[in-house]
Amino acid sequence: MQEKYLSRNFDIPNAHTLEVFEANGGYQAMRKAFKMDGETIIEEVKTSNLRGRGGAGFPCGIKWSFLPKESDLPKYLVINADEGEPGTFKDRYLMELDPHRHIEGCIIAAWALGIRYGYIFVRGELQSAIRRLEGAIKEAYAKGYLGENILGTGFDFDLYVHPGAGAYICGEETGLIEALEGKSGQPRMKPPFPAVVGAFQAPTIVNNVETISSIPWIIEKGGEWFASMGVEKNGGPKLYGVSGPVVRPGVYEAPSGVTVRELLEDYAGGMLPGHELKAFIPGGSSCAVMTPDKLDSQMGFETMREAGSSMGTACITFMDTDTCMVRLAARLAHFYHHESCGQCTPCREGSGWVAKVLDEIEAGRGRMEDLDLLLDMCGNIEGNTICALGDSIAIPVRSYVQVFREEFERHIKEGCCSFPAWSKRRKGSSEAA
Amino acid sequence: MAVEFSEKADAEFKELVSRYPNTLAAMLPVLHLAQREFGWISVEVMDYVAERLEVHPTKVLNAATFYTMYNKTPVGKCHVQVCTTLSCAIRGGYELIEHLEEKLGVKLGETREDGAYTLSEAECLASCGTAPMFQVSYSDGEIEYFENLDDQARVNQVIEQLNARLASLPDPRKMH
Repeated sequence: MQEKYLSRNFDIPNAHTLEVFEANGGYQAMRKAFKMDGETIIEEVKTSNLRGRGGAGFPCGIKWSFLPKESDLPKYLVINADEGEPGTFKDRYLMELDPHRHIEGCIIAAWALGIRYGYIFVRGELQSAIRRLEGAIKEAYAKGYLGENILGTGFDFDLYVHPGAGAYICGEETGLIEALEGKSGQPRMKPPFPAVVGAFQAPTIVNNVETISSIPWIIEKGGEWFASMGVEKNGGPKLYGVSGPVVRPGVYEAPSGVTVRELLEDYAGGMLPGHELKAFIPGGSSCAVMTPDKLDSQMGFETMREAGSSMGTACITFMDTDTCMVRLAARLAHFYHHESCGQCTPCREGSGWVAKVLDEIEAGRGRMEDLDLLLDMCGNIEGNTICALGDSIAIPVRSYVQVFREEFERHIKEGCCSFPAWSKRRKGSSEAA
Repeated sequence: MAVEFSEKADAEFKELVSRYPNTLAAMLPVLHLAQREFGWISVEVMDYVAERLEVHPTKVLNAATFYTMYNKTPVGKCHVQVCTTLSCAIRGGYELIEHLEEKLGVKLGETREDGAYTLSEAECLASCGTAPMFQVSYSDGEIEYFENLDDQARVNQVIEQLNARLASLPDPRKMH
């Protein structure tokens, strides 16, 4: 297993405090960056092949280069810390266990891009992450790392935590910007992209937590070093989440290109005794489901696409043979229906319809033609919405129906769920308020 | 009784507004603050927030109804929200709900008559590696995660901890 970088401080007691962070080399990359000009830093990030770690995988350095150099309005840095893709839980670790590394990355990005204000948009439920970040920001202000004339450079940068309030759609960058502006988080049409017209109508860079937490390492050790750790076009160390019925679920650091089998067997200790692997989702619930014959697929944006799914957030969920795939597809459809912002009809109406049809099949009231109806609905939702939430329901549901079609047909033929342990379970989501 | 921020909340309000280029942008943090202060977000609270932010009340209504963390009706002193989305569903989130229904004496989606507990199902709470889990939103504004709840004895311990905290928590139904 490789040396740890992103997770180096996870096991150090009180690494979330400025004192311990600095004792372990923290804020040295920031000092180094202050001796470099913005262009050089952007070039270094491009060389590093750092791809956005939020799921879409857009090259970070290229995104940065889209930000206009001159602007009449103040430019903004917005951190997407609204981690909510089912199966995904890596950014929480970075915010709770190593908040100063993240803040250091924000300062370097702001310096390189001439940004005046930054907001870390954290999902509201993650109160422990919010507290840790706010505490660390306070310490950084007191030390003169944030605020006006940082370390005598003449550079001013203010950084705030902005809490979300429970809406998965705010993980989409323009939905997040709307929420930051105090509105409901309904995604905007693109273009214009946020780099040109973003928060408060000003040029804005939106980056994921892990992406920005990688920046200090790129500055400290160089873009080439970072790129050398990955596979082609996917640079650097990377955090992987592993969940489901495995021996050691958790967040693990490994290079891009690690195989799913290595993550399952070497890192997570394999499936729990008595549990046999049936399927897995490689990077959050919006990815197509995969079967055990794909275990040797490499984690990477291109490699996962070639294997028939996607890298997404690189947080893998494993499922055992007790799992009812119809029920699981229905549960995910309910999630996306609940989280649809409602502005696009295919997503708003389609997600509810898909969920209803899946519920009927799971309850044993399905018809054989429902399977083609589901595929048809998925085809009508995908690509026909402002943001990717519509795709996020269509892609997985289509894959469940295609890959596990026999299981769906069995439910319909037998008129009941074939997994008694799952069939008694409840449906959908309920809210008290 | 007209709603009005306490002196401490008022200071926090002013600090929050100062972080943004306009007052509208302070909407989400200010609604969190208002929920802490007034227990839940009633129409009266929305109107007060609109007045303080100097925005039209429909803008507050828009935000308050879009986001699930704002309670538009009072909930229990402990709002127990069990994640059942993906990894939690696979690792026993639904069994956890059944156990909680029995132990807390409240059905899913309901609030106990004495106002102590509300039990509901939540969408993914980013604790997939420590599934199953639930989040408790206390009526004093704190939020706490309880994770790795696949052991009933551990769940019972947590419930005892929550029961012990009830006496010190305000009843949202009586907060304004």
